[in-house]
Amino acid sequence: MKILVAVKRVVDHAVRVRVRSDGSGVETENVRMSMNPFDKHAVEAAVQLSEAGHATEIVVVSIGPKQSNDVILTALAMGAHRGILIEADGRVETLAVAKLLKAVVAEEQPDLVLLGKQAVDDDSNQVGQMLAGLLDWPQATFASEIKVTGDGLEVTREVDYGRATVGVSLPAIVTADLRLNTPRNAALPMVMKARSKPLAVRPAAEFGVDLTPRLKLEKVSPPAERMAGRRVADAAELTAAIQSELSELEAL
Amino acid sequence: MAVLVLAEHDLGVLSAATARIVAAAETLGPVDLLVAGQDVSAVAAEAAKLAGVEKVLVADSAALANQSAEAVAALLARLAEPYTHIVAAAAATGRDAIPRLAARLDLMPVTDVVAIHGPTRFDRPIYAGNAIETVSSGQSKQLLTIRASAFRPAATGNNAPAHSVDADVAAVARFLAAHRTESDLPELSTAQVVVAGGVSFGSAEKFALVSDLAKVLGAAVGATRAAVDAGYAPNDWQVGQTGKIIAPDLYIAIGISGALQHLAGIQGAKKIIAINKDPEAPLMKIADIALVGDLFEVVPQLIAGLKR
Ligand SMILES: Cc1cc2nc3c(=O)[nH]c(=O)nc-3n(C[C@H](O)[C@H](O)[C@H](O)COP(=O)(O)OP(=O)(O)OC[C@H]3O[C@@H](n4cnc5c(N)ncnc54)[C@H](O)[C@@H]3O)c2cc1C
Ligand SMILES: Nc1ncnc2c1ncn2[C@@H]1O[C@H](COP(=O)(O)O)[C@@H](O)[C@H]1O
Repeated sequence: MKILVAVKRVVDHAVRVRVRSDGSGVETENVRMSMNPFDKHAVEAAVQLSEAGHATEIVVVSIGPKQSNDVILTALAMGAHRGILIEADGRVETLAVAKLLKAVVAEEQPDLVLLGKQAVDDDSNQVGQMLAGLLDWPQATFASEIKVTGDGLEVTREVDYGRATVGVSLPAIVTADLRLNTPRNAALPMVMKARSKPLAVRPAAEFGVDLTPRLKLEKVSPPAERMAGRRVADAAELTAAIQSELSELEAL
Repeated sequence: MAVLVLAEHDLGVLSAATARIVAAAETLGPVDLLVAGQDVSAVAAEAAKLAGVEKVLVADSAALANQSAEAVAALLARLAEPYTHIVAAAAATGRDAIPRLAARLDLMPVTDVVAIHGPTRFDRPIYAGNAIETVSSGQSKQLLTIRASAFRPAATGNNAPAHSVDADVAAVARFLAAHRTESDLPELSTAQVVVAGGVSFGSAEKFALVSDLAKVLGAAVGATRAAVDAGYAPNDWQVGQTGKIIAPDLYIAIGISGALQHLAGIQGAKKIIAINKDPEAPLMKIADIALVGDLFEVVPQLIAGLKR
């Protein structure tokens, strides 16, 4: 099968972002950027399917500024075969991302599209489901296990009550959760090799998708700060503190 | 204005989150509550009791048995026309189905809403809750998922009429198996008191100390991603950016460092108690009450003390 993987360049997950004082957004200048963690699991899943002989080609696509090159190179170093960078500056909403991905699907005709479950910058958790809706394909979101069966996939999903296993026929959309696998760190020779793999750079305008945002971003504010409380000395004092909290709750 | 709310239910029981979603949705307009599933008459009867519900729509069919995104989105698409708002909880079903529906209707959804400022103006957290964005929409219809823990539940005592609706939709994905976490402890998402443990417990056997303490307190159990990844706790106990978002009155965190992805799940907690041997752990710095100590000594003493 042929696999398309969507990867996003985001503020590194270890960075604690600061809200700009004018409320226009969060500070992204001089901040470490990297591949969205969930997308690493999606790339790893694709590479494992390829290593197991199930996938013939892995194409990675990213939508964003020029610098998104970096995350495509990371994916190529992990073992993807070819990259597409769709250049777009500024805020691109999830619906527009899904429409651009739909256009790539029309060109590439993959059997499976792998995405992350959510991007850790906007925390939307939308694009995979939207792409599935646009294509009218089955979706298996929040995947923690993918098995290839005769005519499709068996995907175990993380849900509110635990896990659920579903069978989907191909073509399908799968979004990756963090327990799907352990993404590899590409060794130096793979990083060197990635630079010689094909990477097409194309302006978003080429795809005829309207990128005008539907939602107006009015402001971004910092969350309420929590202050340090008091320290207790030992378990006996903590027991008393818990008991007094509980009786306060009961009084309500 | 008219609002269609998707009820959340499992094993024939209406989820506690639904009452909160109804209360939040009621500020947007009169609410019709959709119960979609198979053999859902008991759920529909519970749904009819929620204050603020004008009528309960019942979609009962085998295709909806597992509430797959494909089936639920197809059903909602068919019902969407008269409504200005279509709303679900920001939980597995809503997260799965609402964006799929949105794309079909060519609309931008607003997911994980934590505050409603008017019919088209909402707050949602971004960057694991380290920032809150306020967005407004000029679209004809608003598709929302709402974070239940950010809202108070609706009262009961209503007796809304029920109407059945055409439930003939395709299921698409084949449901093969449910792997449920069996537990007699309260439900994590809506529990008043939560006791949570981290990877420092070192084994599933020792993690049972968390459940032991929870039992004494009548609390639900939570865990960090590291504890779940290590196999000490089931995935549905995970609290945080990628787990459950909770807002208990009391959160007791034991041997948890307080990574920002974990804190994302407990921002709504009223009081936080932390036990950690490292006084500098981030969670110790925001806890209302903190004890520096070894959990293997402290927790058994707490259990014994609280039992008395
Ligand atoms: C994209 C992404 C999403 C994530 N989502 C989540 C999420 O939803 N939820 C989540 O929890 N994490 C999440 N994480 C992981 C998160 O970053 C942390 O790695 C995790 O929360 C750490 O768990 P922990 O506190 O158990 O472990 P650690 O960070 O290792 O902390 C262990 C703590 O235990 C203390 N300790 C050790 N021994 C003892 C003892 N004997 N007595 C008392 N204290 C002791 C230590 O001092 C330390 O503070 C996510 C990460 C990423 C990248
Ligand atoms: N700009 C983008 N370029 C490529 N893939 C994206 C982009 N935005 C989102 N995605 C994919 O969609 C997933 C879910 O993102 P989101 O719905 O924004 O939380 C991500 O994990 C990526 O796989």
